[in-house]
Amino acid sequence: MTAVDLPRGSILGTRVQRLEDPEFLTSGAVYTDDIVDERLAGAVWVTFVRATVAHASIASIDASAALATEGCVGVITADDLVDVPAPKPMMPIYQAGMAQPLLATGRVRYVGEPVAAVLTDSRYLGEDIAESVEIDYEPLPVVVDPIEAARDETLLFPELGTNVVCSREADAGGDIFADCAVVVTGTIHNQRVAVAPMEVRAAAAVWGTDDRLTAWVPNQGAQGTQAGLAGMLGLPVAQVRIITPAVGGAFGAKVGADPEAAVVGWIARHIGRPARWLETRSENMVGMTHGRAQVQTVTIGGDRDGNVRAYRLHVLQDSGAYPRFGAMLPTLTLLMAPGVYDIDQLELSYTSIATNTTPVGAYRGAGRPEATAAIERAMDLFAAEIGLDPAAVRRRNLLPAFTEPITSKGGAAYDSGDYTMALDTVLAAADYDGLRREQALRRERGDAVQLGIGVSVYVEITGGGGEAGASKENATVQVHPDGSATILTGTSPHGQGHSTVWAMLASEETGIPIERITVRWGDTDLVPEGGGTGGSRSLQQGGAAVRQAARELVDVARARAADRLEVSPDDLEVDYANAGLAVRGVPGAGVTFAELAADEVLLVRSVFRAPGATYPFGAHVAVAEVDVETGRAELTRLIALDDAGIVVNPLIAEGQRHGGLAQGAAQALLEEIRYDEDGNPTTSTFADYPIVSATEVPSFELVTTETPTSYNPLGAKGIGEAGSIGSTPAVQSAVIDAVAHLGVRHIDMPTSSWRVWSAIRAANEGAEH
Amino acid sequence: MRLSITVNGQAHTDDVEPRMLLAHYLRDVCGLKGTNIGCDTTSCGACTVHVDGESVKSCTVLAVQADGAEVTTVEGLAATRPGPDGMHPVQAAFRAEHGLQCGFCTPGMVMATAGLLAENPKPTEREVREALEGNLCRCTGYHNIVRAALTAAESMAASE
Amino acid sequence: MIPAPFDYVRAGSLDDAVALLAEHGEDAKLIAGGHSLLPMMKLRLAFPTVLIDIRKVPDAAYIRVDGDVVAIGALTRHCDLVASDLLRAEAPLIATAAGFVGDPQIRHRGTLGGSLSHADPAADLPTAVLASDAVLVALGPDGRREILVTDFFLGYFETALAPGEVLAEIRIPRTGPNGYHYEKFVRRANDWAIVAVAVVAGRVALANMAATPFRAAATEAALAAGASAAEAAALAAEGTQPIQDMHADQEYRQHLARVLTRRSLEAAGIA
Repeated sequence: MTAVDLPRGSILGTRVQRLEDPEFLTSGAVYTDDIVDERLAGAVWVTFVRATVAHASIASIDASAALATEGCVGVITADDLVDVPAPKPMMPIYQAGMAQPLLATGRVRYVGEPVAAVLTDSRYLGEDIAESVEIDYEPLPVVVDPIEAARDETLLFPELGTNVVCSREADAGGDIFADCAVVVTGTIHNQRVAVAPMEVRAAAAVWGTDDRLTAWVPNQGAQGTQAGLAGMLGLPVAQVRIITPAVGGAFGAKVGADPEAAVVGWIARHIGRPARWLETRSENMVGMTHGRAQVQTVTIGGDRDGNVRAYRLHVLQDSGAYPRFGAMLPTLTLLMAPGVYDIDQLELSYTSIATNTTPVGAYRGAGRPEATAAIERAMDLFAAEIGLDPAAVRRRNLLPAFTEPITSKGGAAYDSGDYTMALDTVLAAADYDGLRREQALRRERGDAVQLGIGVSVYVEITGGGGEAGASKENATVQVHPDGSATILTGTSPHGQGHSTVWAMLASEETGIPIERITVRWGDTDLVPEGGGTGGSRSLQQGGAAVRQAARELVDVARARAADRLEVSPDDLEVDYANAGLAVRGVPGAGVTFAELAADEVLLVRSVFRAPGATYPFGAHVAVAEVDVETGRAELTRLIALDDAGIVVNPLIAEGQRHGGLAQGAAQALLEEIRYDEDGNPTTSTFADYPIVSATEVPSFELVTTETPTSYNPLGAKGIGEAGSIGSTPAVQSAVIDAVAHLGVRHIDMPTSSWRVWSAIRAANEGAEH
Repeated sequence: MRLSITVNGQAHTDDVEPRMLLAHYLRDVCGLKGTNIGCDTTSCGACTVHVDGESVKSCTVLAVQADGAEVTTVEGLAATRPGPDGMHPVQAAFRAEHGLQCGFCTPGMVMATAGLLAENPKPTEREVREALEGNLCRCTGYHNIVRAALTAAESMAASE
Repeated sequence: MIPAPFDYVRAGSLDDAVALLAEHGEDAKLIAGGHSLLPMMKLRLAFPTVLIDIRKVPDAAYIRVDGDVVAIGALTRHCDLVASDLLRAEAPLIATAAGFVGDPQIRHRGTLGGSLSHADPAADLPTAVLASDAVLVALGPDGRREILVTDFFLGYFETALAPGEVLAEIRIPRTGPNGYHYEKFVRRANDWAIVAVAVVAGRVALANMAATPFRAAATEAALAAGASAAEAAALAAEGTQPIQDMHADQEYRQHLARVLTRRSLEAAGIA
């Protein structure tokens, strides 16, 4: 069935504590702003002046007062960037002419767009002097709402005549709901959220004596950041070196490179001093790409027994002012539209639209949580319409278990899955029937605090991209004469624990203790190729590459050892206790890898290629208590089954799930980026934007199953995003379910107390009329 | 303005601008980069240090306001109660329970937890969550941070 | 983010602070814990040119019984209010409300006097102090004067303190350990109240229902006239003018005020 042959009883599959932690815990990791490096001595401090209006022509920029202030080294505007190429669309499918310039050129299109860069001798002076740069704006009409933007009445790029970035029409067919006895439709807002990694964006850069730009930038893959910076600056890739410091969270928003980092690089090149930049949180909230931001129109049809026959989804994607990754999120949403369900008829379409808001990018799950949210809410609407239990309706429509790849009606090649097992297992773990009984009791008693139960079943894509866009990744393993080893990886951790897990994988093959294995990444001189970390790809491709390289290193060592010991390679076996090779049946006869490395460099670089993406799956149950008098919802339980194939380090895999669960629940309960009608952000600090805290989430209840994939020898799928995919609709549905008996069918996210209370009241009024 | 302060047991005297934040003083003048800054609004707690034994957010304290104070940062915590692995029991518990991922909130989270346990040595899960309400983490979902705090409480009680 | 430049002086006493305020004029600001002022300065919403630090002036942080009242020094920190057994026994509403302010780190720095002087209508302690019928003692160039808390809050971030005055003491009538409740309705635990209700001795104050902390006079009158908790609470929103923001419109806030007042009265033992 699969190529999995993990020797159990080994270090793999065990809860190994992270090797990176002692440093993180006792001195803190070295993030970009922490770097102390000779090459950065005498750096100028860069402070960006950002647009304070959402849409305007720039009549003039007056930097004279700033330049006259002591400590001001210079002020850079778009007019200075004469040697950078015209901005190019990030994806070929995007409308040309919408790409973001490094600094606003003639017009600003969102609050927070970088307009000028102020260079000062110190950080504190930067904030003072940036305030004195005077920009004269001539206001233009603002469009914030994507539905309004789609009418093309207010245009961000008048010369293009449309706000549409890209789109896909539904296949022209007949009425897919013609045979459906029951058809339900609804509009679902998958709201815009802040990615909000705890570390904001930063950069440090120097133009070196080697005539190259060396830049320290927090990122999710140095090679992509290198290509991005080189492209924006018009430099050959070889003339840019990226060094990746510790990265304080990314969640999709640190992929590639942002315009600000390119400006910092430009400054370092042109003014003859290194340059450093660290944004503030308030800047980050408007300057870093946002996530989600879809308006979904769903229609679902079937029969009264609960069989779903047809599903239509139109996604209106708010791409923000300039299309980044966000504009193509709907392609992933549509690919995963039917999710775990066997639905005969699909009708899928999308439009990505530009608005006067911060550009939208990838955020944990990137397009797949949106797909799951849409179909799961649609399932609930359908179940409510026919009066059947939402879990039962789901079970009736699930794809049967499969171990060989199948092609979904959405066009995705699912590798392996058992969705019924996932649903039944999580329902049992949650005591679903008991919860329903408790709910019935509270409803009967008319309690002020009602119970709601939400269920979701999901499948998602992981490892879809990769090195140079293919499902492949490289790794280098080298053993040193002192017996230690170094691994180079093209993946790029920012919290996921690669230093530990990659060491476990190499230790498993060689017997070298994990404490003696150093993992390195993120320096493009050291690792010129690599796909980085994103899309939950690292273990299944980067980890598989480490295992492959380590095995090949053992093979190389075996050949050399055979020569040295004058035995047949077949007579040699790995001596795990001594980290070497031993002659089978001859005690004491052997050679260590260290001894072989002392003779000749012992190093193998290997590229692992996967047949394609893998498709983890799972099912979540959320339990919410809702105070029907105030509308306040509290998440009391979240029970999650996430099956990502074989788990190498459960401690770390569970941590990935916890984080995803909290972020997913936070979208359902709390978080939303908001603008007023003039395009001014109203949630641009952590005081206004409700990042979930420890008091709004419970301890999570995890259920683990391991359905291996055949696509890599570890049997592993990705786990980084799973938690955030199943939890959002489960939590949202739990809140709605708590007040369903009052006549409420849907409440948009975040399910704030005001929204819940308003929905109850609207249902009451509806019932009275 | 003249500032005399003890940081991690070491006396410092420096001339600083009155507006210099304690967090920047620790990072840029003392060179202690473990204390991170994650927001502008006293919301995230990444910059939490102890001033005279109490947890405070060092982004909202002027360095000059800490004149004469004893400050402990994450770099100095272990020395106040070193364990067998060279870490403070709270640090060791964060590692054992995988209470950190990207590590950015971690110094503040560790200092807030140590501060909590100094005031309430045997907290309940609810008390831990409420005590950490001013410390934001985007990676862990708080699950293992809460476990770490409870584990640290147990190990500190056992070694009393 | 960092504040714009300013000069910094330390006051040796509250009298000294008053003298420094007179010397430096209107652009000078007092700073104690700084947890209301510094965030505004960092966001460059406030630009004092001189900060007068009163945080460590002697004899200004205390909690003691003084006849019929508990006298609290204005520089008493929130954490010290929470931890005071005396306050828990004599004026527990204040100790309880202090526990809802911000988070532990903020409570280690913020002071009662600072919170009252800042006069945020959504804040916990102004509301609790208003419900307590406290008397505030201000120190100015002409000496001490007493201000009834009902006369203290004038508008958003605006108090009856004259520009040259310092809040010195807060005098809370002793109520004993019962008959009080503080109910805070929030999105997240450490957020400002969407609405909050403070009840003590038959008095009711609301947070975030007007430009100042608000005494629910109609509710209090109904209670005095013998109305039930439910009947009295139904009047809680009378006369309120709450703002509309992303958390609530006026109608929803008024609804919350009624529901939370009923619950608070019941929790305080008023049937």
